[in-house]
Amino acid sequence: MQRYITIRFLQSLLALFVMSMIVFSLARMTGDPLDVLLPMEAGEGERERVAKHWGLDRPMYEQYFVFLGKALRGDFGTSWKWQGHTAMGLVMERMPATLQLAGAAIAISVALALPFGVLTAVWRDTLFDSVGKVFAILGQSLPNFWLGIVLMWIFAVSLGWLPTSGRGGIRHMILPAVCLGWFQVATMMRLVRSSMLDVLDSEFVKLTRIKGLPEWKVVWKHCLRNAAITPLTYFAITAGALITGSVIIESVFAWPGTGLLAVDAVRARDFQVVQAIVIVFAAVFILANLLVDILYAYIDPRIRYQ
Amino acid sequence: MAMAIPQRVPWYMAPLQLLRAIFQVRQFPGVAMAILVFLLVIPGLFAEWIAPHDPIKGSLALRLKPPMWEKGGSITYPLGTDKVGRDVLSRIIYGARVSLRVSIEGIIVSGFIGTALGLISGYFGGRVDALIMRLVDISLGLPIILVALVFVAALGPSFSTVIAVITILLWARYARQVRGEVLSIKERDFIARARVAGASHFRIMFRYLLPNVVNTLIVLATLQVGFVIIFESSLSFLGAGIPRPTPAWGLMVADGRELIVTAWWISMFPGIAIMLTVLSFNLVGDWLRDHLDPKLKNI
Repeated sequence: MQRYITIRFLQSLLALFVMSMIVFSLARMTGDPLDVLLPMEAGEGERERVAKHWGLDRPMYEQYFVFLGKALRGDFGTSWKWQGHTAMGLVMERMPATLQLAGAAIAISVALALPFGVLTAVWRDTLFDSVGKVFAILGQSLPNFWLGIVLMWIFAVSLGWLPTSGRGGIRHMILPAVCLGWFQVATMMRLVRSSMLDVLDSEFVKLTRIKGLPEWKVVWKHCLRNAAITPLTYFAITAGALITGSVIIESVFAWPGTGLLAVDAVRARDFQVVQAIVIVFAAVFILANLLVDILYAYIDPRIRYQ
Repeated sequence: MAMAIPQRVPWYMAPLQLLRAIFQVRQFPGVAMAILVFLLVIPGLFAEWIAPHDPIKGSLALRLKPPMWEKGGSITYPLGTDKVGRDVLSRIIYGARVSLRVSIEGIIVSGFIGTALGLISGYFGGRVDALIMRLVDISLGLPIILVALVFVAALGPSFSTVIAVITILLWARYARQVRGEVLSIKERDFIARARVAGASHFRIMFRYLLPNVVNTLIVLATLQVGFVIIFESSLSFLGAGIPRPTPAWGLMVADGRELIVTAWWISMFPGIAIMLTVLSFNLVGDWLRDHLDPKLKNI
């Protein structure tokens, strides 16, 4: 087990390293940063002075190692677009908003996916099951930016029940969180359903029934506990989907989080901020993957020996 | 499922097997297929002949006309016009071409690279395998949308950038799946016999192993088309996909976003087009998986 964790940990570090390299080289390809930093009419001497100040006159690999060394200490330089802010500071300042939204989305998706997944399995091949199936397939087919606009149109504009965009109280959070959680509900519901079906078929469930336990206890206690393992390990994919989703949903609802910052920074070609966001998100994502793999190996010992 | 048993299949049998499966099996998703044909394939191929108006040139005099069943709408512009007076229906018809091209090219390029690397990885094993599988792990471990955003910012939004990003994201899934299957198929007798008969590595990989993974590839590709279409439209929506003024569905949704209160039809109809297309692909993909390759249940 320890060996497995070590290997997976080193692999994660490698992935993060590769990610940092991709980010660094791609960010440099977005164009000469000097063009953004300097006004058009800047002379040659001016260019050299600024290049020296930012370390842009040194060879590429040297710039990369400087970048890596600083990145390890959480220093991604200062933002060019948002003057007076450090890149990491901006990311951290926006992070709570994103985490809040992601947390709400996860809560909504678990609260919906678990009961509905269980019920579609228990009442399989009934009307309820078919409706659930249609809902799940629909959920996976709806582009979430469009869903966002439609929900905004219905609930914020036509009915006027909820605010259209921005961050404020709970009411501001409802629409974006539903949009972000929607896709997870669909996928998780299907997973819960299929693992519930497996469990409902097994011997120990028959035993609990023979023992005379009430049906609700059989389903909601004994079966769910065993069936919940599969969907919970699905969390790694959820982390990825939430990152992707937050970029899109935050720009639809003007939610001032890291996703919106990412889109703004890419548009403004703000290297430092883009690098910081991508590395932070990648670290979160890779860490989530690592945790899930370890959890999985813990639950299912066969995996360790592959 | 006799088809799922690996045996030597002549390469020309693969499409025949597919046709047989389509006609033999019940529960064929006919409606979904019809939607795909009439919403994606026919408009995509024959946009010039079908579309009633020019998708890019509009007339400001005709801006923001509502759909024909609303007050003030006319039959000339059945789904209304957008803020520069372009016909929404024509733009949706031309938009089908973008989605069709992105999904076909994206799937073919990534499928080709992924399959080739998967075959090599599974067949040769050892260090080559280890290297390719590490690359797969890394590729699957990248946060998709951020890579795409950085990429598009670096290379500029264009059709080929979108294809490149899709390829980087998707090849790994093919490689992993194909490798897994090759590992078990290559132990079978007919491969050993081919080797004894003096077939080259190349021949074994492409004439003996490849035909046995074709079913898997078809299912995987169909299930991914929906993802590709949503991904492209999301990128276009963020302004990082297909550049304006090309009519792409995601872009059209973005165009109508601020006008949702006064002119809901601009972003509503392209959104419905995306949803129906993706939904149909998912249904067809599920059906193909159940009937061609039941062991792919977990994808």
